[in-house]
Amino acid sequence: MSTDPLPQRFRVGDPVRVKPEFRPGHLRTPWYIRGKVGVVDGTIGNYWNPETSAEGGDGKPDRMVYHVCFKQTDLWPDYHGKNSDELIVDIQDHWLDAASMEEVKAGNLS
Amino acid sequence: MSEETSNRGQHDIGGLNVDSLIDKSEHRLSLSERRVDAMMNLLFAPDRKIFNIDEMRNAIESLPSDLYEKYNYYERWTLAMEKLLIGKGIMTAEEIAAKVTEIRARLREAGISA
Repeated sequence: MSTDPLPQRFRVGDPVRVKPEFRPGHLRTPWYIRGKVGVVDGTIGNYWNPETSAEGGDGKPDRMVYHVCFKQTDLWPDYHGKNSDELIVDIQDHWLDAASMEEVKAGNLS
Repeated sequence: MSEETSNRGQHDIGGLNVDSLIDKSEHRLSLSERRVDAMMNLLFAPDRKIFNIDEMRNAIESLPSDLYEKYNYYERWTLAMEKLLIGKGIMTAEEIAAKVTEIRARLREAGISA
């Protein structure tokens, strides 16, 4: 039996916020990026959910993994690099909520 | 350590302050490291599927921090495989301990320290 992947909820250019979840489990979203706002920069493809796969399941249904772009100066209060420096993180669909461009402009440190 | 922070995996250290720089030097894989890799691949193999990559990673990253810090990369793999095989009832801790004792004796006889 095949299971269809979940529908892709975001497109390139969409502002998104990473869910501020700190629950136990096999979570592949880096700790420091949770709760931050960024912009979808690309799509990688549909992949199984490692959170349920780690419990011995098949991780179905698959869901999209995105490249999400964050401003470095927005992530680290003491960032010494260039203002234009960016960080791209691979994040799976169920870890993202829709955000607004105003939130992205306001940044993560304010 | 808050309850939230205690959910942070051993591996998930991005943004944390560290005492020393991360050692990024490469080395040639030893025979024992290759064997650990081979064992893991056999356990992953489609005709066996004893466990999957996520169960393996989870077993490594949820090791108690004292063990995680004490052992190197492939030693953590070995501990994780042991944990999963025992957890799934495929081997017992006693069977593994007995085998280790047997191998140590064999190596001693051959004049190899272990």
